[in-house]
Amino acid sequence: MLCRLRVNGETRDCAVVPHTTLLEALRYALGLTGSKQGCDKGDCGACTVVIDGESALSCISIALACEGRDIVTIEGLARNGIPHPLQDALDVTGGAQCGFCTPGILMSAWALLERNPRPSRDEIALALSGNLCRCTGYTKIIDAVELAASQSAERP
Amino acid sequence: MLTLPAFEWLRPANLDDALAHLANHAAESLVVAGGTDAVPNLKHRLHEPRWIVHLGRLDELRFVRESEGALSIGPLVTLSAIARHEGIRRDFPSLARAASLVASPQIRNMGTLGGNLCLDTRCTYYNQTYFWRDALGFCLKKDGVRCHVVPQGRRCVAAHSSDVSPVLISLDASVDISNARGSRTVPVDEFFVGDGVHNNVLVPGELVTRVTIPAASRGLRAAYQKLRPRAAIDFPMLSVAFAARVSDGGCEHARLVVSALGAKPRRIGGLDALVKGRPLDDALGEALAEAAYRQCRPLTNVAYDDAYRHEMVPVFVRRAVREAGGIA
Repeated sequence: MLCRLRVNGETRDCAVVPHTTLLEALRYALGLTGSKQGCDKGDCGACTVVIDGESALSCISIALACEGRDIVTIEGLARNGIPHPLQDALDVTGGAQCGFCTPGILMSAWALLERNPRPSRDEIALALSGNLCRCTGYTKIIDAVELAASQSAERP
Repeated sequence: MLTLPAFEWLRPANLDDALAHLANHAAESLVVAGGTDAVPNLKHRLHEPRWIVHLGRLDELRFVRESEGALSIGPLVTLSAIARHEGIRRDFPSLARAASLVASPQIRNMGTLGGNLCLDTRCTYYNQTYFWRDALGFCLKKDGVRCHVVPQGRRCVAAHSSDVSPVLISLDASVDISNARGSRTVPVDEFFVGDGVHNNVLVPGELVTRVTIPAASRGLRAAYQKLRPRAAIDFPMLSVAFAARVSDGGCEHARLVVSALGAKPRRIGGLDALVKGRPLDDALGEALAEAAYRQCRPLTNVAYDDAYRHEMVPVFVRRAVREAGGIA
């Protein structure tokens, strides 16, 4: 079936069988391999994307159910080749270790900052509570989101 | 990598179209809203429907309305929308709390009230891949005839794992259920049955179309407490919902519901005589905790020790009563 998705501001068409997840459509039909396939059953958060402004798990979303919705993936965070402040902050704090959970973490963090630009540390931890990091680098990841939020606040 | 089984895709434009399809094909269809329960279960081959009926376009089931004091919530309202809804947080905080404790932020953004209410029961021998289940021998909930939890058992004891349902029972809520011919209203307390294979009264072709909390449940002192291994993602291994009407003369009545132990939430009985006229304090919490401990029998249906879960029943009842009573 034709599946028309709006991803990172672009309308993209792909051919899918109905039993295709959004993650499979992104990775294997559209070539957007930034979203990761971890547990593939909704536990780990590695596949997190933002749909209509809210973090969601693409591995348990059916691709056809996402037609007409606004999807942002990790590939949509940088602007004109310039990393998003969250991406820079993860680099600065050493929050990305093996890097597998990083795209999902960034999408959860981005969704948080879009609706709450100055979150408390507890609010950050809560927003990231659906993302597992097996390197267990949580402290530095939360540091990174705090750093990005403070830098965004300083900008005019 | 876990693949979905092949299915045909149906995305009805409205409730009538959905019910018309289900009137003829309910047995071969799986209804999906947020998909956070159904999709992993499909990947485990726990459902093998011919059709997926996706409810995403049924905007008529996405509402929060107040009418003469009663609160009606559409089944497609997401759990995160319930958790942050100002009116629900103010008037029915235990429901907002329960919704806020479901799984993870992503799953609350996707998952719906109706989906959590109709959540499939869970068991350590059921929520596994086809390969895993085949290796051990299928269980009576799916593909097999015997129960691995109670080997002589004839009835499935998979655990009811919804966070919202014990709270809705404690608040005397009801659900409206529709099929192509009409609709009926059932108290949430009578919505569930003690059979883990299919633990609610929905018959093929029916959908939940509304959840209503009555005006009489406003002003209850209510709380929800959940025990799980991690503070996020996990289903409850024990949950406690409590609600009491308290006036100057002490408690008038109380509801205590303990869940995630068996196939249906357990409403603790004999409370009226126990609570009548007493203040909502630690002594009452202790009495309720003892009653709940006596009436609950956890099984080895989830991957956590049943004796531990039993011992935690009074602990979490006491916490719920303290929370409801505002005892620091």
